[in-house]
Amino acid sequence: MKDIIRIGNGQGFWGDSIDAPVRLAKDGPLDYLTLDYLAEVTLSIMQRQKLKNPKAGFAHDFLDLIKRILPEISEKGLKVITNAGGVNPQSCRNELIQLAKSSDSDMKIGVIQGDDIFPTLAELRTKGVTFENMDTGDSFDSIADNVYSANVYINSITIAEALEKGAQIVLAGRVSDPGLALGPCIYEFGWNSDNYDLLAAGTLAGHITECGAQCTGGNYSRWQDVPDLAGVGYPIIEMQPNGEFCITKHDNSGGLVNRETIGEQVLYEMGDPNHYISPDVCVDFTSFKLNDLGHNKVAITNVAGLIPTDTYKVSISYFAGYKASGQLTISGPNAYEKAQLTAEIIWKRLKNSGVTYQDTSTEYLGLSSCHRDINPVPSQINEVVLRLGVKDANKDNVNRFGKEIAPVITSGPPGITGFSGGRPKAQEIVAYWPALIPKELVHTTVDVI
Amino acid sequence: MKIQLNQIAHARSGDKGAHSNVGLMFKSKQLYEWAKSHITTDLVKVHFQSIAKGAIVRYEMDNLLALNFILRDSLGGGGSESLINDAQGKTHGQALLLMEVDLPDNLVQFVNKK
Repeated sequence: MKDIIRIGNGQGFWGDSIDAPVRLAKDGPLDYLTLDYLAEVTLSIMQRQKLKNPKAGFAHDFLDLIKRILPEISEKGLKVITNAGGVNPQSCRNELIQLAKSSDSDMKIGVIQGDDIFPTLAELRTKGVTFENMDTGDSFDSIADNVYSANVYINSITIAEALEKGAQIVLAGRVSDPGLALGPCIYEFGWNSDNYDLLAAGTLAGHITECGAQCTGGNYSRWQDVPDLAGVGYPIIEMQPNGEFCITKHDNSGGLVNRETIGEQVLYEMGDPNHYISPDVCVDFTSFKLNDLGHNKVAITNVAGLIPTDTYKVSISYFAGYKASGQLTISGPNAYEKAQLTAEIIWKRLKNSGVTYQDTSTEYLGLSSCHRDINPVPSQINEVVLRLGVKDANKDNVNRFGKEIAPVITSGPPGITGFSGGRPKAQEIVAYWPALIPKELVHTTVDVI
Repeated sequence: MKIQLNQIAHARSGDKGAHSNVGLMFKSKQLYEWAKSHITTDLVKVHFQSIAKGAIVRYEMDNLLALNFILRDSLGGGGSESLINDAQGKTHGQALLLMEVDLPDNLVQFVNKK
């Protein structure tokens, strides 16, 4: 057994830096590279791509990345674990095999399936799964006809199993984000599924690193203290068999790892810290000890875990109507007053034309869109961006809004500009519906070729 | 001494469905113990009255010297359903750091200079 394994996370979300994972793979020692490509509604986009083209439905960016780090995988033994498989990991693997062949290398690629329950939703409902919204308690009936995708957050044992079978790249769909890091720990150290403290340690480590540079100096309150954010290093877990671990980054990289950069990220998207529920374990985030070792290294010990729940979380996406937003820049004397009048004019014209909306928004970017009334509006402002939005089930009404933005430039108060890119058009709202499913009804498979 | 929380605390925020969370972390145990008794849910409710439509829930994390606040119904519906600029509550941490508080003299030594 290894004394320590190094797991770097090079992708916090689909759209994160394309160079960061390459630097992680090449600029220092690394055993595993984890990559998170899935946000809550990303799978719905992929599901619809797959409907149009049976070969689509995964994160294409991932293929471009593998091209760049192929030598590290085939020659240096770096293993890659990712949810880039989306709703079509098999197709993603086929593309990877072609890619490897064209470079005369040979890779073993594992595919984890069983998270995608979209095709069996009706059958599962007849078995008594209600899929009621776990946040609001609303009945699934209200969205049943509008579902785009349904994926279970499956456990990390599946990742360990793929590694056990020799996979150099593990392609999953909806595994939990921290699970990408926990999987290799289970495999390397033989952690048992009932050793909750160890599973909790791996899950906490994965939670800290899952958003990439957000634990190495990005989005940090004391941003003035962070050196070289342009060259920020992405995080690396140094995990030991006993569940004690450090978070660090490559020596030559920018950014900062200290008690506060790690602590802030521990708090990110935190609910009840006493019960952080993952598919593998419940983590007690009030348990661990954090020790800043200096030199961009923080040690974490004494993580406590509790027995996991008997359900998995299901991430369901569904069609929920249309929305559009448009903006204008208003400048000059009394810019704020003019912006308020501009908003009033646009809403009045829409009302006069007989159009109504489920919901609207009026925001003043640069003044109060983020923090509302917390700070008073300054007496002198140079310019402000007026941002208006509408939402409705009726697509025509939403598009009607888009036609009422530009006219105000010549028929409203003076000093208005910044209308470009054409009329705002109605966009589909793909909404998120979290639910639960009994674990025994989810059947995962792992195959490696 | 009147100060902004920004001078004594770290914060990070994100979304939890239609709600946001704001973690507030301190560098010293003294500041954290003071915050536990002074940064109450009532105070946070008033601070965020134009943002959070629902209740404020607070959790304590003694190991991290941190408080975690849940701001219920603070995202205009949340996720892709929301029309507002900050639909994920990314900026709510910075908003909490704008809070003005009266810090007792014995804790002034912990205030950041800039």
